[in-house]
Amino acid sequence: MAKVIIPTPLRKFTNNTASIDANGGTIKESIISVADQFPELKKHIFEDGGEIRKFIRIYVGDEDINVLDKENTKVSSDSVISIIPAIAGGIS
Amino acid sequence: MNSTSFSKAELERYSRHLIIPEFNIKGQRRLKNAKVLVVGTGGLGSPLLLYLTAAGVGTIGILDFDVVDDSNLQRQVLFSVDDVGKPKVEAAQKRLKGLNPHVNLVVHNTMLTSENALDIIKDYDLVADGTDNFPTRYLVNDACVILGKPNVYASIFRFEGQVSVFNYKNGPHYRDLFPTPPPPGLVPSCAEGGVIGVLPGIIGSLQANEVLKILSGIGEPLSGRLFLFDALTFETRTLKVHKNPETPEIKELIDYDHFCGLNLNGESKDEEVKEITVEELKSLKDSNSDYQLIDVREEYEYEICNLEAELIPLGGILDNVEKVASDKKVIVHCRSGARSATAISQLEKKFGFDNLYNLRGGILAWADSIDTSMAKY
Repeated sequence: MAKVIIPTPLRKFTNNTASIDANGGTIKESIISVADQFPELKKHIFEDGGEIRKFIRIYVGDEDINVLDKENTKVSSDSVISIIPAIAGGIS
Repeated sequence: MNSTSFSKAELERYSRHLIIPEFNIKGQRRLKNAKVLVVGTGGLGSPLLLYLTAAGVGTIGILDFDVVDDSNLQRQVLFSVDDVGKPKVEAAQKRLKGLNPHVNLVVHNTMLTSENALDIIKDYDLVADGTDNFPTRYLVNDACVILGKPNVYASIFRFEGQVSVFNYKNGPHYRDLFPTPPPPGLVPSCAEGGVIGVLPGIIGSLQANEVLKILSGIGEPLSGRLFLFDALTFETRTLKVHKNPETPEIKELIDYDHFCGLNLNGESKDEEVKEITVEELKSLKDSNSDYQLIDVREEYEYEICNLEAELIPLGGILDNVEKVASDKKVIVHCRSGARSATAISQLEKKFGFDNLYNLRGGILAWADSIDTSMAKY
């Protein structure tokens, strides 16, 4: 099973779970299998039309899926999928 | 360049740099000739400024508009108790001058804006971005792209940090990674989300190291890569960042509040909602009027201080609409008034409420004006 790493800002939608096993042969199937387990997560990752939101990047291993096959990028059982959100943090 | 000379005191101070074979006096000379602007003197700016000053960067710009607050001291190690209430740039300058008198410190006691950014940044070789909000992130990025300056970037949230080097030798920049900011309210700011105090120390130090590498010309800067650190799991990842052919060319600075305030439906962030002051709320309380008070913060914030309001966190407000009264005045509050405005706006739009009032300034205003014994955070 591919592993999906959930970034801190989205962990409140996954009961603070940092890493979730995903089913599916592609990025889209994997993310959806995780989002199905945590419906709140789904609306923070996908637009209403089903596209991945622009302020979130999805990586498989160290590569951006946008330079691979986008949401149809193939994943294997040992793939690590990262969801990378923009964070502004720092505080003053 | 070779004419840059060092005094005996400087040579002795920097000796641990000078004896590194690949750094040596050439690297030190490059540092001395360099001008770096540090935007933000907070959690990231503290280690950045301390290390860049200690290392002997010749000219360091210190930019911030804020004053030192008690709640800064948990992570902003640049400041002391005596600095509370003073302008951050002044406190920083005093501390840094004491650390290294050979460095030229330039103070910019201002907010970075679309009007002043190009004029300020043009005088520097490099910018280190230690800001805390999306509008300034995009502003710093765009100004650096227009002026052709490298932008050493770091960002933190709770236990997680990101570091990268943008716009270095025509490499990718922030918009290549994140073309648009998240809609307001989706990712909480640090003031709402919190941050573990040591994290900016770790991440800001990595940022300082990238600055020193670029200035001295050693090593491989983190350009085209994004470093991630999770302080809870101690997992680190380094991901590739590519130039995005779809990123529009940046020709001029724009209104970044507007850019970041628009959510994906094109709705404005700062929609007008009805307001009530803390003094008016106090009168309502004292007169035993019939009203409902709702707190849309998180439970852990409620535990720090509260107004004995009904707690319905913003994330669940629409799902708990049956708890919101429609037959009397409802006052909604949060920490500073931003989240409660969002809650009201959502409730008005989706359910047509017309009896909701935002507590202006939130519980912070209450602590300032009504109950000064209340803890602020």
